[in-house]
Amino acid sequence: MWQAFRNEMAPLGLEIVTVGLDTAGVEACRPFIESAAPEHPSLIDAHHRMAELFGVVNIPNGVWIDEHGQIVRPAEPAPAPPSIELERNMNLGDMAEIPERMMAIMGEASKIQANPQGYEAALRDWAANGADSEFALTEHEVIERSGSRSSAEALGHAHFEMATHLELTGDHDAAIRHFRSAHELVPSNFAYRRQAWSLEPSLDGPLARFWQGPAAGDEAAWPYAGDWLTDVREMGAENYYPTWTA
Amino acid sequence: MITNTLSVSRADFERRTGWQLKPEDACKGAVCVPLDPAPVGDVVNLEQLAEQMHLPLVHEPQHGVWAVGPESIGARALASAQAANLMLPDINGDTFELDSLRGTKVLLVAWSPY
Repeated sequence: MWQAFRNEMAPLGLEIVTVGLDTAGVEACRPFIESAAPEHPSLIDAHHRMAELFGVVNIPNGVWIDEHGQIVRPAEPAPAPPSIELERNMNLGDMAEIPERMMAIMGEASKIQANPQGYEAALRDWAANGADSEFALTEHEVIERSGSRSSAEALGHAHFEMATHLELTGDHDAAIRHFRSAHELVPSNFAYRRQAWSLEPSLDGPLARFWQGPAAGDEAAWPYAGDWLTDVREMGAENYYPTWTA
Repeated sequence: MITNTLSVSRADFERRTGWQLKPEDACKGAVCVPLDPAPVGDVVNLEQLAEQMHLPLVHEPQHGVWAVGPESIGARALASAQAANLMLPDINGDTFELDSLRGTKVLLVAWSPY
């Protein structure tokens, strides 16, 4: 998705590194990576290390790092040019009938606000002007904008890492307990919620990981306090990402 | 970091948390946390370090594992603007280090297949 932009920007000294955050790991990411055939580094992050180290709270998020290894913009919504993430990811072409919940999810997703044009223009400005770009922030601004991390939230990150470890070592029930703790302690991290929800086997087929909620008629078996559709409706889809500011 | 022991090598702790253990404190970029007493030797006690540095520690006794969480200095996600050296595998299992791109601007993008 970033490949064409990357090829244009690489000669100007801007490289792109994509990181697939998914406890389901390399096999879940592989089809998308092979389809995109990136020439830039494309990495797999089963434990969401990037969330812990860079303050990522939702997907897609981008972090700008200068030539000296200094962050000049902390994690923020990073819509790819053009931003059609959901349609890109879901293979609906061969489905006879799209389930009602999926239609509702797509309806909410269509209300999500993003500013791919503004983001791309800012990236081009930074690539051309470096530290003189109005979009390159000072260290103080970077830290201030990097999102909150109380001691409770830090504890939530530890629970999330424990959850991913337990999921990967085959104890799904124990993983759920720690995912729940992470959700309670780091409510701002929507990626943590999406990750846990996407691992629940509510249905089979290509929509399985996008369903992110209880199976129809089996609501009592759903192990989490929220689900994608309920939570996005509560927060308002237009608030899904914070408004991007220069 | 996930560990099945509370006695971890100094090098492992530094590599996995990004904190450098110095004679009197632990530092990440320009940010330092005093350690009293500072750990000596090649093996450090994770429980003691976590307490000194206010790093959360989650224990799962049934599995014999601990998870060490990140710092929460200044109540912000980033304590410093210095980028951590993210080390992750690609789809071929080859580890990539973010620091290998020093000298180039980098847009680091998180995405997910769900």
